[in-house]
Amino acid sequence: MSDFQHSQASHCESGVMSAMLRHHGLPLSEPMAFGLSSALSFAYLPIVKINGLPLVGYRMPPRFIIKGLQKPLGLTMRFETFRDPGRGAARLNELLDAGRIVGLQTSVFWLPYLPQDLRFHFNAHNVLAYGRDAGSGDYLLSDPVAETAVRCAPADLQRARFAKGVLAPRGLLYYPLGQPQAPDWPKVLPAAIKKTTRIMLDAPLPIIGVRGIRRLAKAIEGLDAEREAARSKLFIGQVVRMQEEIGTGGGGFRFIYASFLQEAAALLGRPALDELSGRLVDIGDEWREFALATARQIRGRDPLAPARLADKLRLIADREQAFFGDLRRAA
Amino acid sequence: MLDSEVPQEGNSTLDGHRKAVYARGADGKLHLVQSAGWEVEEIVTRQAVDDLRRLAEDARRRVIAGQTSPLEFHMHRVRMDVPLLAQASGIWQWRVRRHFRPEVFARLSPAVLGRYAEAMGLSVEQLKTAE
Repeated sequence: MSDFQHSQASHCESGVMSAMLRHHGLPLSEPMAFGLSSALSFAYLPIVKINGLPLVGYRMPPRFIIKGLQKPLGLTMRFETFRDPGRGAARLNELLDAGRIVGLQTSVFWLPYLPQDLRFHFNAHNVLAYGRDAGSGDYLLSDPVAETAVRCAPADLQRARFAKGVLAPRGLLYYPLGQPQAPDWPKVLPAAIKKTTRIMLDAPLPIIGVRGIRRLAKAIEGLDAEREAARSKLFIGQVVRMQEEIGTGGGGFRFIYASFLQEAAALLGRPALDELSGRLVDIGDEWREFALATARQIRGRDPLAPARLADKLRLIADREQAFFGDLRRAA
Repeated sequence: MLDSEVPQEGNSTLDGHRKAVYARGADGKLHLVQSAGWEVEEIVTRQAVDDLRRLAEDARRRVIAGQTSPLEFHMHRVRMDVPLLAQASGIWQWRVRRHFRPEVFARLSPAVLGRYAEAMGLSVEQLKTAE
């Protein structure tokens, strides 16, 4: 597979799908893959713990983009998981030998080419395998968050694919069946946008969407800054880490979605979406300010004041509520 | 965020890697820009790494003092916690905790030690010392 082109992306799953579809003859930008699958979200999950701290998500759960692109693009994605790691490795080799490019779910902890400090036990990192080095047997990988294509020794990739824990990949690999088709934009784009507004505004659980942001604000406000300063700092640090980690840069997902809205505005000839895109960029900047304020408190440059961070979050929640309301009307 | 505002101040936790973010260009269009790193990200990543390192260092001292087994030290060193180590090794959480007792750990069979070593990507010899 020498004709595969690596390109860097902001987020792993949208990056993998964009590269995979492009390889199969359908040029689809990363923001379009992200927006068309309605992947933008917010979730505060106090029950799911990562190293004892709650999970905060700024997008829909893993595989949502891969699955969500099937309907608008008339595409069928084939997913395979394996109970037996040996069979998982054999199947990957078989697909690569047949000239396919294959998406893989991996744990960042076991991928040696990533920076040591970013290698936590996060199990839902997506990479593309596009071949094997005939001599060493190393896999040729396209990791969307890496600047260039990388190589990975078979033993390391095997560990990464069969890591255990929350969101265990169980060797998941995926590839498209059939040829992806350019969609009927006036039909699929408004539907995808409306779905995102439903997720953000109408989710039945108070931990999803705008209500989730307010719920998180409440949890942060409840931190005991005086008696439990260290734990409080870890908690707020985790919130920002989930916002930033592995290549989304500040309100990263907000910026990706804003870029999607610009593309949608051009495809549909609707300048209103352009204007909304600008507003979402501003909201993304608010998320960055929240991150900055949090980091300053962690470092002790500002006194630890959870209530101030909670207020900032509520402000963001208000702005997102107004934004997604207007977006719904514009779609 | 304008593309001229994309942080380029460097981030030691990225180890020289650059990441890609979307930012607005002079024409108002969003496009992908490489970032050498943002101090905010460095602070929160460093915080998590330091906390894990502190746990491992603390466990190492207790191994030397005979208060815990090398198993706990290695668990923290590979950034795991008890639930994850239990899942990765297929050994119940209460047994993992019990194996933190030095006298229990000393009597573990090679088979059980092998399962822990495999789960953490170590050799059995490494597992037996807090190095």
